[in-house]
Amino acid sequence: MFEILLNHYPVLIKGLTTTLVVSLSAIALGLLFGVLLAFGLTSRSRWVRWPCGLYRSFWRGTPILLQLLLVYYLLPEIGIEVAPITAAILTLTLNTTAFQSEIFRSGIAHIPAGQIEAARMAGISAWQTRRRIVMPQVLRLTLPPLTNEIITILKNSSLISVIAVTELMRVSEQIASRTFQPLETYLAAAVLYLAVNLVLARISAHLERRMAGGLATE
Amino acid sequence: MFDLALLWETRELILQGLWNTVWICFLGCLVALSLGLVLAALRLSSPRIFGYPVACYVEICRGTPLLVLLFLLYYGGPSIGLRLDAEIAGVTGIGLYGAGYFAEIYRGGFKSIPKGQLEAARMLGISPWHALTRIQIPQMLRLIVPPGTNQLIILVKESALISIISVDDLTKNATTIVNQTFNVIEPYLAVALLYWMIIELIARGGYALEKRLANRQPRHTVHQGESAHANG
Repeated sequence: MFEILLNHYPVLIKGLTTTLVVSLSAIALGLLFGVLLAFGLTSRSRWVRWPCGLYRSFWRGTPILLQLLLVYYLLPEIGIEVAPITAAILTLTLNTTAFQSEIFRSGIAHIPAGQIEAARMAGISAWQTRRRIVMPQVLRLTLPPLTNEIITILKNSSLISVIAVTELMRVSEQIASRTFQPLETYLAAAVLYLAVNLVLARISAHLERRMAGGLATE
Repeated sequence: MFDLALLWETRELILQGLWNTVWICFLGCLVALSLGLVLAALRLSSPRIFGYPVACYVEICRGTPLLVLLFLLYYGGPSIGLRLDAEIAGVTGIGLYGAGYFAEIYRGGFKSIPKGQLEAARMLGISPWHALTRIQIPQMLRLIVPPGTNQLIILVKESALISIISVDDLTKNATTIVNQTFNVIEPYLAVALLYWMIIELIARGGYALEKRLANRQPRHTVHQGESAHANG
């Protein structure tokens, strides 16, 4: 395993970089769309709530591999040619948007209604209320489940190797077939995934402690 | 636009995929549920020597993709003399991976039972075995059903990955149909619906179990008007 890590670290690191770029782009885009979808899910209008709920239900209720294949094969079918990596980021984004929206929705539900009523009374616009009052608190409340989601997406990004994106898993497959040492190679890949996820979990725990400190002084 | 005849013509492949997905998930989840319980028991047992290895195991399951584990078992296994059929590698992978998550769910269930209850039971002269089977496990069951159901659903969805190690499951057979008929939408959407159905069934089952267990609460919490024999 160490031999593999030592001999092939340049390609492994390159693969890992692609894994990180794809996952983190999806997470960042998912954060944006997830927040919007959460507002849709908590909307007062049934006509907004219902399609949002259907979207969430589909993307949370089917395997991500199937979603990836559907997006990857469907886009050319309707005349849109995209690179595999774009299809990969698109699928992971569509998927994580649904999961993140649910996280944010439950976070929004934890904000006392009185705060929003008070804001309205004080003449603060709905948009300002969301941006300045609701979201900062929601982000703090949802940090632990959000970290879990980031780790899940990082792990799920391994399956984009199926559509030939040369991320960590794909690179490992290539090394394994060249060196005939699949066990050692995949162990090395496992160690790299584990290391990244442990670091992420640490950062999140640190942030959580700092934010909890912020809450206590309020 | 949606060609139902195509699905009818390829029904055998779809049904074969459904059957393979169902039995592999069932066995995999069974392994995950039982191995998880053993791991949780080891972690909570009084000689603490098992605590650390089990904690590491849990971290490994959480931090590495199932796909890597499947590749290790299926492609890496033979170099240490472990030759598994793709289906068996799938069951083993899902089982080992899920066990890490279930160990945490069981542990969380046990941990959330107040210590005072056990101390009170000891004071009253109730044996540790009775305390376990009559006090701890019934309460734990109620707590772990919702996260447990969630985890089962996650495992069923992740089981689609076994198609990559060449198991003829729903996902693999859908791709086969796509390649044979050049129709993308019908096979994938039909299979997505089937997964959705399996998941909905598990969710309903979990919900029913949760309600059943909730009905078995101590008598005094039963609302007036509900008769005691309804607890059955």
